[in-house]
Amino acid sequence: MTEWFQSVLGTGFGWFTATLILILLIALPLMLAVAMIIYADRKIWAAMALRRGPNVVGPFGLLQSFADGLKVFLQETIIPTAANRGIFLMAPIITFTVALIAWAVIPFGPGMVLADINVGLLYIFAVSSLGVYGVIMSGWASNSKYPFFSALRAAAQMVSYEVSIGFVLISVVLWAGTFNLSGIIEAQRAHVFGFINGFAFNPLLFPMAVVFLISALAETARAPFDLTEAESELVAGYQTEYSSMSFALFWLGEYANVILMCALNAILFWGGWLPPVDWAPLYLVPGIFWFFAKILFFFFVFSWVKATVPRFRYDQLMRLGWKVFLPLSLFWVFLVSGWLMLTRYS
Amino acid sequence: MIQAFAFYLFAAIVLLSGAMTVTSRNPVHSVLWLILAFFNAAGLMLIVGAEFIAMLLVIVYVGAVAVLFLFVVMMLDIDFAELRAGFARYAVFGTLVALVLAAEIVIAVGAWSAGSLALSQRVAPTPEGMSNIQAVGTLLYTRYLYIFEAAGVLLLVAMVGAIVLTHRTRSNTRSQSVPRQNARRPDEATRNVNQPVGVGVEL
Repeated sequence: MTEWFQSVLGTGFGWFTATLILILLIALPLMLAVAMIIYADRKIWAAMALRRGPNVVGPFGLLQSFADGLKVFLQETIIPTAANRGIFLMAPIITFTVALIAWAVIPFGPGMVLADINVGLLYIFAVSSLGVYGVIMSGWASNSKYPFFSALRAAAQMVSYEVSIGFVLISVVLWAGTFNLSGIIEAQRAHVFGFINGFAFNPLLFPMAVVFLISALAETARAPFDLTEAESELVAGYQTEYSSMSFALFWLGEYANVILMCALNAILFWGGWLPPVDWAPLYLVPGIFWFFAKILFFFFVFSWVKATVPRFRYDQLMRLGWKVFLPLSLFWVFLVSGWLMLTRYS
Repeated sequence: MIQAFAFYLFAAIVLLSGAMTVTSRNPVHSVLWLILAFFNAAGLMLIVGAEFIAMLLVIVYVGAVAVLFLFVVMMLDIDFAELRAGFARYAVFGTLVALVLAAEIVIAVGAWSAGSLALSQRVAPTPEGMSNIQAVGTLLYTRYLYIFEAAGVLLLVAMVGAIVLTHRTRSNTRSQSVPRQNARRPDEATRNVNQPVGVGVEL
């Protein structure tokens, strides 16, 4: 597509137009997906609590998220008098932007990737470590005690879990031999017994898949690690002072991040756009369907956890991060690199 | 052309946000400006083709160091009047430091432009058919292996030192053992008492 635009509009401008269209092709469906996934989330919790969930707006309540969006859009944006105006308004924008830009390097199918850079995974890691700024800035700028507590909790929590996520990523990268996300997916083709696709089926990497899934819950501040917005202690955490669209941006950003983490689970451990087994008829299904199916499965797991697991205490959260996951993942980096030295590079 | 534009854009923002870091009244604003400076420095790295370094800059400095900075600075209760009171006292020393830095920059630029010294190292192109990360890795783990490991040991020592210096045994805290908490069952922790009316419970 880029070539066609470049042939019509010239090199620079054609590239610009094509990239802009590709960005919109990712961002707009993502926003739609976020709306639908909020609906799915609520339906899943409702089903697990034997309730009906949203069922009024549209058929089966399908339009509930859009109704909520419209409602929020029509509300007044309230800025507290004592708030630090600039930072207060910047925080939701940062959260939202950071949640979107990470999608630039996600491969949706063979060759279907906006930016096929060779540091793709590092880029994702860098961007996901920025997510905490939206929370810290909003908590501080609100000039209110509960948001501030929430910001401090968020900062400590995200920094802690990033450490173990980093080591998990390193063990995956060691095995795949590349930081490029498409390369990582290709490395999983026929990975176990010559026909099962996915690093998670490798017994040496499976524990890392579990650690990554749990750390992803903590990194996106989902239950059971949602201490940043623990309503019984902190009202609504860092979002307490926000209203209208500034609140909606947090909301969208949060769910976009959740989908991103589901996508990363699929890419790093479950073969991304590859079918589960390396069997020719399965490749007739386009890769993007396998990818979306895996994302949806992990999203179901996220909702499932939220509906069933009680919230952690803060000291338990920190203990899990620093005393369990960090030594475990550090040891696993050692184990994986040792195994690779023994089998692949000797 | 576009590279030059990007370079001047990033460089200008680095300088601007660096200046704002120093001049901001509010320390939290200072840290946020510093973060912007880090970002644009990463952008400069991208332009010279060192995308690995750029990503590391964002991950390490923006993602970890600056978060901790912000974390600490947010909790400080800073009296600005008191901060500005020391200006005259430190002005002489501050000017001295600034002069030394300026002189060093001048000398460095002079040496750079004069240099017959190690001309080949000024621009070290990435070897053919190797990605950026591979090139850094092969250099780090072969030629500079011992220096790299020494740096690692140094960091480990620093970490142990920091822990030793700040560690103190506290007598008045209750330590929690999570396995013991998890192993507790209701019948060990609670008891049912059939209490006659009007009589207090002996605990």
